[in-house]
Amino acid sequence: MPRGAAAFYDLDGTLVSTNLVHAFLYNAKNQQGLLKSVFKTVATLASVPLFLGADLYSRRLFNDVFFVRYKGESEDRLRYLADELFVNAIQPSIFPGAYELIDKSKRLGLRQVLVTGALDLTVRPLAKHLGIDDYVTNRLEFVDGAATGRLLPPVMAAATKASWMRIYAEKEELNLSDCYAYSDSMSDLPMLSVVGHPTAVNPDFRLRATAHQHDWPILDLR
Amino acid sequence: MRERVPKVFRGPTPRRKEDDQVVYIDTDSAPRIMFSGEDLLLEDLPVGTRVVYPKPPIEGLANPGAAIRYALNHPLGTEPLYAQLMPGMRVTIAVDDISLPLPPMARPDIRETIIEILLELLDANGVDDVHIIIANSLHRKMTAAEMKRMVGAKIHDAFYPDRYYNHDAEDPEGMVHLGVTAANEPVNINRRAVESDLVIYVNVNMSPMNGGHKSVTVGLCDYDSLRPHHEPETIRQSNSYMDPKSSLLSTKIERMGALIEEHMNVFHIETALNNRMYAGPTAFLGKNEDEFTELDRMKFEAMRWTLGKMPPAAKRKLFHSIPAQYQLIACHAGKTEPVHEKILERQFEQYAVNVRGQADILLCGIPFISPYNVNSILNPLLVQVMALGYFHNMYRGSPVLKKGGVLIITHPCYDEFDHNHHPSYIEFFNRLLPETRDAMKLRHKYEEEFAHNPSYIEMYRRGNAYHGAHPFFMWYWGENGRQHVGRVIVAGATNAHVPAMMGWERAESVTEAIAMARSTVGPSPEVTLMHHPPMVMMDME
Repeated sequence: MPRGAAAFYDLDGTLVSTNLVHAFLYNAKNQQGLLKSVFKTVATLASVPLFLGADLYSRRLFNDVFFVRYKGESEDRLRYLADELFVNAIQPSIFPGAYELIDKSKRLGLRQVLVTGALDLTVRPLAKHLGIDDYVTNRLEFVDGAATGRLLPPVMAAATKASWMRIYAEKEELNLSDCYAYSDSMSDLPMLSVVGHPTAVNPDFRLRATAHQHDWPILDLR
Repeated sequence: MRERVPKVFRGPTPRRKEDDQVVYIDTDSAPRIMFSGEDLLLEDLPVGTRVVYPKPPIEGLANPGAAIRYALNHPLGTEPLYAQLMPGMRVTIAVDDISLPLPPMARPDIRETIIEILLELLDANGVDDVHIIIANSLHRKMTAAEMKRMVGAKIHDAFYPDRYYNHDAEDPEGMVHLGVTAANEPVNINRRAVESDLVIYVNVNMSPMNGGHKSVTVGLCDYDSLRPHHEPETIRQSNSYMDPKSSLLSTKIERMGALIEEHMNVFHIETALNNRMYAGPTAFLGKNEDEFTELDRMKFEAMRWTLGKMPPAAKRKLFHSIPAQYQLIACHAGKTEPVHEKILERQFEQYAVNVRGQADILLCGIPFISPYNVNSILNPLLVQVMALGYFHNMYRGSPVLKKGGVLIITHPCYDEFDHNHHPSYIEFFNRLLPETRDAMKLRHKYEEEFAHNPSYIEMYRRGNAYHGAHPFFMWYWGENGRQHVGRVIVAGATNAHVPAMMGWERAESVTEAIAMARSTVGPSPEVTLMHHPPMVMMDME
């Protein structure tokens, strides 16, 4: 029996121009109390160089220094802000070409799957909006309704994305060599490498060079 | 005892010229120049080799503007253009893309001259709803800089980007289904053109395959409308596709074109250019080497030496930056068919050379350019399309090469592709060709997968990439040649794997290639060199 195929998408920078820090900033700006909002916003902005440096070194290190900022955030509040965040920040930042790419991909009968390091709270409304069939995200750990600043395993980054895709393909009877993957970042090289049709989307310099080396298509959805 | 005189083989007795453009290599003939990508080779060819040169350029019209105005006012088969214009009407000017002429002509491009005249006329008649669409079909979209160069800054700045843009065959809202022909060929055409009161097509004709119904039928269509004729069987039955009367490709396109004209009012403007590709310092490249002056030889040696010292990318840049000095030799306007017939007559007058008898070995120098790599790289699939497609098909009557003969080409065959222009070619070359070179199998098994690949579609729509299905068309374009030619030998290929992937053999030099070919065609083969560019077509007796 022929096996099916899927299109796997990274999210931040690939389909939308926002990223994890934008989402966190939105939460920071919308804290209960003006002083708290100002403090959190300034602290987050001041940490941007740290985030950039950590991400440049490894996505795992970035996750370690970034998600700890969520420590103490109320789960209810984050859920409440998620829909607002989608309407006000994420939806306007969807790249114009993303809709069409997904549409063409659906017409090929490919299952649409988001594989992202973003948080499940922010991804859910977006996935619904884009007509995504399945998604895997990072999830914050909550204890007694408050975030601990840690992520629940498996942490979606780099090689974890690729291994999740392998397991998913096995479970869903997909043929990975017929599958497509789209990402903007060098950290997703494993994800791009496991499918038969990898595409670099709005790539950073390193991924662009790698895509050239491997003769992968390079796409600009912006 | 008499001393034995060594026997010197002087080859067959030199024959008389059969045409001014047909020259036979004699014992004292100069070596011949052959293109090999961005390099120039100087080859000592065997005595008796027939060299076919292009005709000298027909003198250009002294006043192109006047010729264009005359054509608009004295059209064939329809009313003058001014009589068809009414204030408030919707007009679309469709124009050939950058694939013609080759290389791009020195400014002003003939399209700029024609469009300037058209816009004046439209403006004088109160027509202000005007769009200019580049009829690029599934070719790559032209860049803004290329578009500006083609029509000039004045028109570009007034119309770009809202009213001067590339056709988009993948725009779901941008295409209209006009119907199907009696042979069940679907005809889908650009919506703006279909919904216009008048479509004015501005054509630049360089090869007899182009122009006529092909302009709108192919230039403004989508993938589904291309499939019926851009396929291996049609190409196999086109002998050749440069000869419209013997081309199934033309027959199919004419059938679809007739359907289009039932729905659309098309005013066709066609032009014929001469073959004045070289002028000034490079003019010697268009001459018979036997007629070179000392200065020509010095220029050639200097050019060859310089090219030999330059990296490939710099050579490519240099060649692509030298515009051709083409001149207008004819302009006709009106209904598609009579206009095209007139232009074809003039074209054959420029390009066709009478040649008697087929050859056992055909030599072709593959130049740096094809219709599909303007400002880009002639990748291996395009080398293939030049050799087995365009050059093989440059005939009327019978092919220049005997059935089963040997085609010798000169090209480095570098394994280089342009990631922005030819992304799907890379996958085609590296993934499909190792599995099969069978055009039928490629079409049935893989063409649609590539055509509908979302990445390739987006790269075509948003970038400057050829459509995902385009490498297949390039492969089919060589199908007639592939069926006819016995062996292909690449002289001077810098690697073994590209020729091997194509099913070709490799030789160090033209001399070695001819020696290899003799094992197939015997010790005294008829050898013909097509001395191009510029383009030459053979009228075979």
